[in-house]
Amino acid sequence: MTAPYLAVALDGAGWHPAAWREADARPTELLTARYWTDLVREAEDGLLDLVTFEDSFGLQSTREGVRGRLDATLIAAAVAPRTSRIGLVPTVITSHTEPFHISKAVATLDYASTGRAGVRVRASAEHAKHVGRRQDLGVDDLLDEAADYVEVVRRLWDSWEDDAEIRDAATGRFVDRDKLHYIDFVGRWFSVKGPSITPRPPQGQPPVFALAHAAPVYRFAERSVDVVFVTPRDADDAAAITAQITGVPHVFADLTVFLDDSAGAAADRLARLDDLASFTTDTAVFTGTPTGLADLLLAWQVKGLSGFRLRPGALPHDLTAITRGLVPELQARGVFRRGYGAGTLRDRLGLSRPANRYAVGAR
Amino acid sequence: MTKQVHLAAHFPGVNNTTVWSDPAAGSHIEFSSFEHFARTAERARFDFLFLAEGLRLREQGGQIYDLDVVGRPDTFTVLAALSAVTAHLGLAGTINSTFNEPYEVARQFASLDHLSGGRAAWNVVTSWDAFTGENFRRGGFLAEVDRYARAEQFLRTAWQLFDSWHGDEIVADKETGRFLTTSSPGEFAHRDDHFDIAGNFNVPRSPQGRPVIFQAGDSNEGREFAAATADAIFSRHGTLEAGQAFYADVKGRLARYGRTPDSLKVLPAATFVLGDTDADARELAAVVRRQQVSGQTAIKLLEQVWNADLSAYDPDGPLPETDPLPGEHTLSKGRASVRMTRDPVATARQWRELAEEKNLSIRELMIEVSARQTFIGSASTVAEQINDLVQRDASDGFILVPHLTPGGLDVFADTVVPLLQERGVFRTEYEGTTLRSHLGLP
Repeated sequence: MTAPYLAVALDGAGWHPAAWREADARPTELLTARYWTDLVREAEDGLLDLVTFEDSFGLQSTREGVRGRLDATLIAAAVAPRTSRIGLVPTVITSHTEPFHISKAVATLDYASTGRAGVRVRASAEHAKHVGRRQDLGVDDLLDEAADYVEVVRRLWDSWEDDAEIRDAATGRFVDRDKLHYIDFVGRWFSVKGPSITPRPPQGQPPVFALAHAAPVYRFAERSVDVVFVTPRDADDAAAITAQITGVPHVFADLTVFLDDSAGAAADRLARLDDLASFTTDTAVFTGTPTGLADLLLAWQVKGLSGFRLRPGALPHDLTAITRGLVPELQARGVFRRGYGAGTLRDRLGLSRPANRYAVGAR
Repeated sequence: MTKQVHLAAHFPGVNNTTVWSDPAAGSHIEFSSFEHFARTAERARFDFLFLAEGLRLREQGGQIYDLDVVGRPDTFTVLAALSAVTAHLGLAGTINSTFNEPYEVARQFASLDHLSGGRAAWNVVTSWDAFTGENFRRGGFLAEVDRYARAEQFLRTAWQLFDSWHGDEIVADKETGRFLTTSSPGEFAHRDDHFDIAGNFNVPRSPQGRPVIFQAGDSNEGREFAAATADAIFSRHGTLEAGQAFYADVKGRLARYGRTPDSLKVLPAATFVLGDTDADARELAAVVRRQQVSGQTAIKLLEQVWNADLSAYDPDGPLPETDPLPGEHTLSKGRASVRMTRDPVATARQWRELAEEKNLSIRELMIEVSARQTFIGSASTVAEQINDLVQRDASDGFILVPHLTPGGLDVFADTVVPLLQERGVFRTEYEGTTLRSHLGLP
């Protein structure tokens, strides 16, 4: 069987609101580069495909948990030169930001990481008051806007052909302007002229990700993204969800995990954390051993999933259980790599480097 | 008392100062170039690295301008990445107040300040051109008279957000389960002519509290804005007399804001050419000027004053006999320098007289009149010039723009900096950890 892709979702001290109270948690270091670098290096030592970084335009809502965060794209950028192989996928909020700024930010992350950048797009009406002047939009409008947003971001990445920089001393020209393109996007939500100020990034098109819980978001994902994260309750639900999604190269299941040497220890730990703060989640929750998790992942995978995005309940505990427990288990079963090969994040995801939509002969 | 010199490095950018045609010129976009440049600046104990910004590719005559370096990275993202390969160097970026929202910019600068351990700086610029606005959803036209008002309100709004956390909220007491001392941290509400926002800022107070603020305006409004708000001002006045006049003018404005003269640093931009001897340097400087002003570039620079298509003229021939087109400049777009030529007809008259007097072709004239290098000489000559200008209050230091990427700073770091250190006017080690500390700011 094919190896499942493995991603880890990083957020604060972990996904349980009481995670910061664990003995090995570092709640006073959440705003430092060292904290994030340590986590991503651990994930890279475990040969994981990519990490995602959550983001929001407001404070976390749980009163018992961590509050306050840094900009996800900038965390990813600060981690990029300190890592070498793992994919770096920050979250951006499409509803409150400029596609022009985000397109060049992700392109720059791709340069800084030499081809390891991706971006997870998230539409959210939350915190509209923080940017002012925006009316709260309904889900359909938010998704429609997000689709236009991704279209603009992608067109801007292509607005420079790969060989636009010519440095032709004879004519004095640095670029061949015939290879720079106006994108001339005009939509309901914004118009963007282009070209980008940043040349086409190393991957051409860094992969785009989204989290989806329901049919309207599946439709958005089909239109706009390369990898969609979904939240099945169980294997049957995974089958039902993947049957509803067509044309997205990869569907990963999100799963929150609490891992220990015995199933009882994991369940006890979750119960102890639940006593400290109430935990609600949009995903299925796995408590148990790395071996048990490996069984579950392989059983779910055949339902049409190509990978998983695991949300560690507590950091660093559940991350190291993934890298030092789950990964060796999957390797022993012959379904996980033993080393990173060469190549970009797109290469690892089996996505070829796309032709430029504006290049002559590309269409 | 002997003043300390402040030095910064401006990553070469999108104008004809940068010689891309030289065999030693490297990539302007690969991260390795930025890393090389930043490491050199830090090795030389510079105060900070600086990045400019331009949010639309420049055009001339309706076409993308192709003779200079084109293309640059996202400012925040590359500065955050550079924070990983440096430990002390300040990280300064230009961010526009017209095509951004205060909440987002404040969280980006606060994030950069956290990730770099207190090294972030913001050069606040304003823009009113609808040309650049075509790239933005909120990029609508802003009347020129409104731009400083918006910039100032933008900055004051951002300050309110930076200050919305006091720095003592996070206790993270694992025993009691108390993460914060308050249930509603980062509260803010701001309403004025430009912004109407309220809620909770989500980045806790950063090491510097507020990033260091730079201003580059040269007009009366710009200088007043700097006196009221900035920690450092970029100036274009690098010579002794013009520098002293500017220095005295902006420092003289501080008292009415209750500020002391040393709370605002004056840092002119400067270019340099170094040689083993002064004569070698002069010779090399002439070569660099010819590289910077090719025949094609000379015609384009002339068009920026004439506001007309001059492509039929021979750069090695005489100036056009026609006068510049009067009225609003329409030929060149996305280029701030064009706005600084306030009376093109008078400029043309001066140039014509100069060209006749010295018998100069178009290209020779443009080499003569467009920005020549600030410092030309042996390392000891340049060190002496820099120190002299600082000690005589023409500046507090300089922002150096090498003409080569990414290695153009290396020779300065290796030869001039040790001489300034020997004179005791430039640090040999970083003393503090924050940029505010490097600049000696309160």
